[in-house]
Amino acid sequence: MTKPLVAIRSVAKSFGEFQALKNVSLDVWPGEVMCLIGASGSGKTTLLRCINQLAAIDSGGIWLDGELLGVREQNGRLHRLSEREIGRQRLKTGMVFQRFNLFPHKTALENIIEGPLQVQGRKADEVRAEALELLRRVGLLAKANSYPAQLSGGQQQRVAIARSLAMKPMLMLFDEPTSALDPELVGEVLAVMKELAKSGMTMLVVTHELGFAREVADRVVYMDQGAIVEQGRASDVLGAPREERTKAFLSAVI
Amino acid sequence: MRPVPALAEGFPDLSGMRIAREPHWFRWLSAALIVLMLAAIARAFANGQIEWSYVSRFITAKVILEGIVNTMVMAVLAMALGIFLGVVVAIMRLSPNPVLKTVAAGYTWLFRGTPLILQLLLWFNLALVFPTIGIPGLWSARAVDVMTPFLAALLGLGINQGAYTSEVVRAGMLSVDIGQYEAAQAIGMGRLRALRRIILPQAMRVVIPPLGNEFIGMVKATSLASVIQYPEVLHNAENIYYANSRVIELLIVAGLWYLVVVSILTPLQMLLERRFARGTLRFAR
Repeated sequence: MTKPLVAIRSVAKSFGEFQALKNVSLDVWPGEVMCLIGASGSGKTTLLRCINQLAAIDSGGIWLDGELLGVREQNGRLHRLSEREIGRQRLKTGMVFQRFNLFPHKTALENIIEGPLQVQGRKADEVRAEALELLRRVGLLAKANSYPAQLSGGQQQRVAIARSLAMKPMLMLFDEPTSALDPELVGEVLAVMKELAKSGMTMLVVTHELGFAREVADRVVYMDQGAIVEQGRASDVLGAPREERTKAFLSAVI
Repeated sequence: MRPVPALAEGFPDLSGMRIAREPHWFRWLSAALIVLMLAAIARAFANGQIEWSYVSRFITAKVILEGIVNTMVMAVLAMALGIFLGVVVAIMRLSPNPVLKTVAAGYTWLFRGTPLILQLLLWFNLALVFPTIGIPGLWSARAVDVMTPFLAALLGLGINQGAYTSEVVRAGMLSVDIGQYEAAQAIGMGRLRALRRIILPQAMRVVIPPLGNEFIGMVKATSLASVIQYPEVLHNAENIYYANSRVIELLIVAGLWYLVVVSILTPLQMLLERRFARGTLRFAR
């Protein structure tokens, strides 16, 4: 029997008074492409950041590849892991940010090889060859020596995807990857993500691109006010929503 | 649909004309006035009681040259110590650890809060507090032998500079987008590696202009070390005029040398700025 790659159980997270996540439970299965949709403030980005431990959860637990994230249980109490341990756990996930966050003082190629070289300590020529292959895959081989400021938003985001893939993650997290892009540049990024989905990568995508969700996602999860309202096959949730709140959201978006 | 209308009549064709250069009479006039004033000042000094032959004789005197070398050596070493302390303290200040944070804030408070000349005198007179210093059982020495003018000046200037530099470096680190920390974390970097590889190189771009400022300040601040007998250029110039009473002439000699050193530093700063501007559009390859 296969196990879920990500198991989220009763997770809660607050920022001061604001409850960003309320008792969220969810499984993501290996090879699954899951889209998280919902209004801003619904908790979908926070959920993603908790999986990558950029935010620490207040209660509940997240297991990635069978391993409890961020804490370790000992004698009935939870102890926070060291920064080094958390760093090791993060290597299993790749994160793509809304605002790309490429390193501006490094070229596209240098951005991609930074992690494998510095963090994973792998051999330079091998890492370089893989990075060039990744750049070819996202269609930017010619831009290997360009700095981020010389690239368009769509190109920067494709380099950012390649940078994440260079770490060979088991799970890719996308946080509104096309929201900061000019409309004519959205397609090239979505195309790279579709190709990635086809290759069998497990993906968790926070997005407003319902067309992408309908076409690529195995499952769509609608969140509102820090909780999962409805989930199911993309065609069901987007085509024939059961919950009133989902219907209201979809009619407002389309 | 309306057809695209023809362009309206009544607007003359300007395409062949150039924009004329204005004569800028007022600029010429004010420049001439300033030149006149400078000439008057120069004439006053030329006719004043200054023996210019002393200036030209002492500007390359051995003692003065040794003095300016000592000035530069002290400025570079004290600034290096200041930058090292500044970076360490800025990192401590921005650390999540409350102990490190408090220590860093206390250091900045203490060394920014007291006059530099007082700190120099305290270091130099440390022997009054601790007659002997050392590691118990391993090594010890008389403080007067250890705390030479050189060491006292280096510690006084460098540690004081560190307090100021830490704020400059902290400002630079804060100027780097929070997304850069997150991206570095997301590829598995720990805090220190992210600082070294990602944050500090970007902070440098912002930090260099104020740091250049601080370095120029340091070149001149070394003159304060004359009060603790460090043989920098002003101290040596003073020693000469105590003997020959040519006060103004020797102060001019020292002043000219400071101007020379500062003039060399400015283009060096430009080179450094260019080095750390990699990736910004203006200097992109």
